[in-house]
Amino acid sequence: MKMHYGFPIIIGLVIFIGALCAPFAMGTIVTKKYEEPKLVLPKGEKECIESKEYMRTNHMQLLNEWRDWALRDGERTYTNHAGKEFKISLQNTCMKCHNNKADFCDKCHTDAGVSPYCWDCHTQPEGLK
Amino acid sequence: MLELALKGSKRYFAWVAFLLVLIGIGGLAYLDQLMVGLKTTGMSRDVSWGFYISQLTYLVGLAASGVMIVLPNYFHGYKANKHMVIFGEFMAIAACIMCLLFVVVDIGQPSRMMNLFLHPSPNSVLFWDAMVINGYLFLNLFVGWTCLTADRARLPHPKWLKPFIYISIIWAFSIHTVTAFLYQGLPGRHYWLTAILAARFLASAFCAGPAILTLVMLVVERVTTFKIPRNALKTLVKIIAYAMCVNMFFFALEVFTAFYSNMPGHTHPLVYLFAGVHGHHELVGLMWTFIGFAAISITMLVTPKLRNNMKLLPWTLVILVIATWLDKGLGLLIGGFNPTPFNTITPYWPTGKELLVSMMIYAIGALIVTVLFKVATDVKKEMGHSQKLPCGCSTEDGCDCAAAEEAEAAPAE
Amino acid sequence: MKNNRRNFIKLAGIAAAGLAVAPKAMASGGGHSPASVNKDAIHAKHWGMVIDTTKLNTEEAIAKLAKVCHSIHNVPTIPNNQDVKWLWADSYAHTFPEQENPHLAEEVHQRAYPLLCNHCEEPSCVRVCPTKATFKRADGIVAMDYHRCIGCRYCMAACPFGSRSFNWGEPREYLDLAKLNPEFPTRMRGVVEKCNFCVERLAVGKLPACVEASEGAIVFGDLTDPDSDVRKVLRERFTIRRKPTVGTEPSVYYII
Repeated sequence: MKMHYGFPIIIGLVIFIGALCAPFAMGTIVTKKYEEPKLVLPKGEKECIESKEYMRTNHMQLLNEWRDWALRDGERTYTNHAGKEFKISLQNTCMKCHNNKADFCDKCHTDAGVSPYCWDCHTQPEGLK
Repeated sequence: MLELALKGSKRYFAWVAFLLVLIGIGGLAYLDQLMVGLKTTGMSRDVSWGFYISQLTYLVGLAASGVMIVLPNYFHGYKANKHMVIFGEFMAIAACIMCLLFVVVDIGQPSRMMNLFLHPSPNSVLFWDAMVINGYLFLNLFVGWTCLTADRARLPHPKWLKPFIYISIIWAFSIHTVTAFLYQGLPGRHYWLTAILAARFLASAFCAGPAILTLVMLVVERVTTFKIPRNALKTLVKIIAYAMCVNMFFFALEVFTAFYSNMPGHTHPLVYLFAGVHGHHELVGLMWTFIGFAAISITMLVTPKLRNNMKLLPWTLVILVIATWLDKGLGLLIGGFNPTPFNTITPYWPTGKELLVSMMIYAIGALIVTVLFKVATDVKKEMGHSQKLPCGCSTEDGCDCAAAEEAEAAPAE
Repeated sequence: MKNNRRNFIKLAGIAAAGLAVAPKAMASGGGHSPASVNKDAIHAKHWGMVIDTTKLNTEEAIAKLAKVCHSIHNVPTIPNNQDVKWLWADSYAHTFPEQENPHLAEEVHQRAYPLLCNHCEEPSCVRVCPTKATFKRADGIVAMDYHRCIGCRYCMAACPFGSRSFNWGEPREYLDLAKLNPEFPTRMRGVVEKCNFCVERLAVGKLPACVEASEGAIVFGDLTDPDSDVRKVLRERFTIRRKPTVGTEPSVYYII
């Protein structure tokens, strides 16, 4: 049975499926060469606000909650799961230990392709050029 | 039905291409504004709202204008308006979209636009303004599209549509009242702090809006086979005449209150606008042009011989539109912010980039009007509604000119 | 069953709506918030300020205070009419336009007066903000949430005192990047800002910077506490507020 316009349709399908799968194919090649970013950890402190696993998954959510607690509710002390108290401030608490944005924050953010707009206002500890 | 907008004459596509070019140029100016910030505009710390918000205010009036065709038709069974209703509704769609676009280009953080919906604040009139303009947009889309589809299928308009139409008539009054409330509830701005501002807005909406709609329809008459039913046009022009008289009467009331009471808060903005203050005379010429043009257009509208002169009508309407635009588009905003809370004058004039972005939005509105009106006029042509007759009348006029009358194929209402 | 497709769709719609609401309903099942107020914060029911213009009345003195305020808050210095200012000086005619008289004492007319946000009790700016980005705190301070502000500038139109500034461009272009205060953020373009009564200093037990730098010319305290410094001063001296007729009830008083 002859397909109507069969030739262009098959060609189109091949191109379409090829284009659809191309990123995955490219990704497999890139993933093999991908190395996890080398984060520069703070020198003095070993413990962050919360555990490493918690911060990895939740630091975005935590910062969102922090900014509303501090600015809108006027509550600027945070008690973590272990009962330790911290001052709620990106610039004065987080960045006191993680004192270089380019060596820490940017490492993962650049690889993940996210650009949080925190830094449009909050100044990074290493200073602005 | 939208496929009707995809076919047209060379002139139609040339016009669309022209609009797209304007949109492109304005779009570049807007991109610059997005990258650099609103400092590309002429606004300042003292005059923090300018051309964009003034155009929003003027266009809300245009959006409310359709109601002057819809209301007589549905509340009073004025059948002459039947085939004009769709154009009022489609114009309202374009006007509402332009209003919303003017808000978007005016805010400093457009990426946070959704905060208006994520953090609703019923205490803020701006929140309500966003809600009612969006609501009116969807009402008109819904009602207009349904009615036109029914017309094309030679079916009666669905009965369940009636409540929506009645709501849209009331809603039309509300959109301009809410926009006026934006201004008239602010304690520090004496030019705006007047109960009659909402009434003034409605009055100027009901003359300027139908005037613009009529002008566009006169253009439509030239480029399509559509012909406005004679009585519909006459009535609309009478409504424009009354509304303009009421508009200027309300303005005179403001002038009386200000100058008879002699209270500085009331007199200073008017003196700045019409005579100049502290050596600032920037707006005096334009404001007196508004008064002069208003007087001319009222004279031409009130005198029956001049009002019914079809050759004169476009000029009358253009003069009226200019007058109301100078009042509401320029005088209102600049007079509201000047004198400043410190009793100083900070002059304002839009920059070129501001005007280019505004041109982009007006071109988008024109494009929407073009597409929607193309659809509507094509359907009317298919149905044989309100078409041009060789004698110059419309098929709805019931004229007994020599040419054969076409039977009205209008479906039941 | 007749219309079983219609019934199915109705049921599916209700189920979807229920699923959409369920997580919210379950999450709001309480639990204490891990955030609390700083232990060394100073509190008040209604913060107020009294400015003694017999002591603080020259442009230089006010500029000195403005410099302190602007430098700790990273406020840019913009040389045109799209400027940003939290605290500044102006003449009597511009500060108190409703309280002019042609025979006012010459000396009063010559003074410079400091202007800032009045942190009103009935703020019209808060009433008009469509996102609640500006809001009144329980202690009376009218605060700005820069994260939420969409830059519509309705608050600027509503303020009868002209206290608010908008960032028309990037403020960092007008800041000396080497001299920023690293403990306080800058702002970005597209948001409105104004004096914040130094909430970040109050939270750690310090008085506002301008109060500290004024050497006693500005008194700051709780207007509801009859024994506070502000109430003492208000009992002893005659004070006026800017534009009393607009009804916003400013919390900043001026000793003339």
